[in-house]
Amino acid sequence: METSIIISGFGGQGALFAGQLLAYAAMDSGKEVTWIPSYGPEMRGGTAHCTVVIGDEQIGAPLVRNPDCVIAMNLPSVDKYESLIKAGGRLVYDSTLIKRALRRDDIAATSVPAHDIALRCGSQQLVNIAMLGALIALCPLVELSAIEQALRTHLPQRHAELLRPNILALHAGAAYAEERKVASSQG
Amino acid sequence: MARELWKGNEALAEAAIRAGVEAFFGYPITPQTELLEYMARRMPELGRAFLQAESEIAAINMVYGAACAGARAMTSSSSPGISLMQEGLSYIAGSETPCVVVDIMRGGPGLGNIQPGQADYFQLTRSAGHGDFHPLVLAPATVQEAVDLTYISFDLAFQYRTIVIIAGDGALGQMMEPVEMPPMREISQERPDWALTGVDDRPPRTITSLYLDADELERTNLRLQEKLQRVAANEQRWESYMTDDAEFLVVAFGTVARIARSAVRTARAAGIRVGLFRPISLWPYPAAALDQIVSRVQGVLVAEMNAGQMLEDVRMIVRGRVPIRFLGRMGGVIPMPDEIAAEISHIARVNHRSNGSNGKSPLSERSTVL
Repeated sequence: METSIIISGFGGQGALFAGQLLAYAAMDSGKEVTWIPSYGPEMRGGTAHCTVVIGDEQIGAPLVRNPDCVIAMNLPSVDKYESLIKAGGRLVYDSTLIKRALRRDDIAATSVPAHDIALRCGSQQLVNIAMLGALIALCPLVELSAIEQALRTHLPQRHAELLRPNILALHAGAAYAEERKVASSQG
Repeated sequence: MARELWKGNEALAEAAIRAGVEAFFGYPITPQTELLEYMARRMPELGRAFLQAESEIAAINMVYGAACAGARAMTSSSSPGISLMQEGLSYIAGSETPCVVVDIMRGGPGLGNIQPGQADYFQLTRSAGHGDFHPLVLAPATVQEAVDLTYISFDLAFQYRTIVIIAGDGALGQMMEPVEMPPMREISQERPDWALTGVDDRPPRTITSLYLDADELERTNLRLQEKLQRVAANEQRWESYMTDDAEFLVVAFGTVARIARSAVRTARAAGIRVGLFRPISLWPYPAAALDQIVSRVQGVLVAEMNAGQMLEDVRMIVRGRVPIRFLGRMGGVIPMPDEIAAEISHIARVNHRSNGSNGKSPLSERSTVL
């Protein structure tokens, strides 16, 4: 059983780093995992994405056409991946930047005001982590605490002062998604 | 030892360091540059030689020089850079000096692009330079395997005094996977008895690929060929996956093989008895192992990120006994698991239909070039 996750956004939003955190957390939870970035001539302002595949046995393809889960941090990412998500799969997108209505009704879609959450946690650089927190709350790929541990171990030293805000954003994103889940189950 | 998440290029570099590489010479090129960057940082830390050459041509000749002195030397590059190294590789092969070369293949021909490719198969396996020789070519499919093969590559290079090429692609170089690193080896100060170590109290030694006398050069070639036969006999490596009861077989190497592995699982779940044969050594090709499996199956699918290069080896081994279908993606396009799974279903369906009629298979070899 393999689960594939694509994390996509503008270059500089930290899509690749969020994917690495997920990969570290999966590995530290005893799972098999692959992480592969898009590595074309990406630049700040362009679109960057990575694919993470998590499973219990050796991962086959590190790339998939139809992912199980997508985190979309900008409109081009929703435009690209909405149609590709597996039926019954999951899309988590940033409602601050993505205003258009979705076209699919056979996927579970959750909008997260990640930009607002990130600003409240101290920096707009935290959108990726708020989104990752939301995904983990909705889709228990790994424990949230494993992501937190990965942050503690792998956040680059030059961003050390952002560790606490990152952890805050992770939990704030998760809490938002949890609330939405509860709200929707109550109709 | 704990598993760590490693990027392919950096894992390859660290594995070479742990295997005792003493000298690295290279020139940056995407998608292999992280290997060079890692070496630039780590080699001086360890008191070993790192030099960014002015070109790939210079880099391979520096490798040649270090190898002549009996050092464990290596370089790494990507397709266009490997093309530039051909002259040096031929000299190294002709003078029987050992070295390790990493090729993180990208889309070609020409400058192509920086996306993954497998179109260096001919270049690497069919000699990698002018004259009669083959390097030993190893094609890992996972980051762990890239580490394990790199770790043994220097031993193989010195055992046979040959070039060992680690043939990966951009996907392998860029991806991250959990890896268990092998232990750090001590570097031996002992030099082989052919190495140019400076004449002291022994007769001078010569390392050359220049033999002006035809008979002498032919004798050299015969010795090279005899050695290559030993390599061919001893160093075939492969993996077979779900082939025991397989009616159909996918043959693929490197990144495409692991994608095919997913496709095989999908096809198995749909009730198709299919297996995967993955050559790990591209030269020598594991012909006998493939031959044995082919004798039990009814159809073969070859999948590559090129126009059909390994396909020629598979054809020679299959010798027309069963139909072969080919799926090739080029230009840096990576085949997706569902594409390979669709090809497997096609083979199974056509085979089933033909068995229902006159028993003669209408499934002729054809290329799916998309």
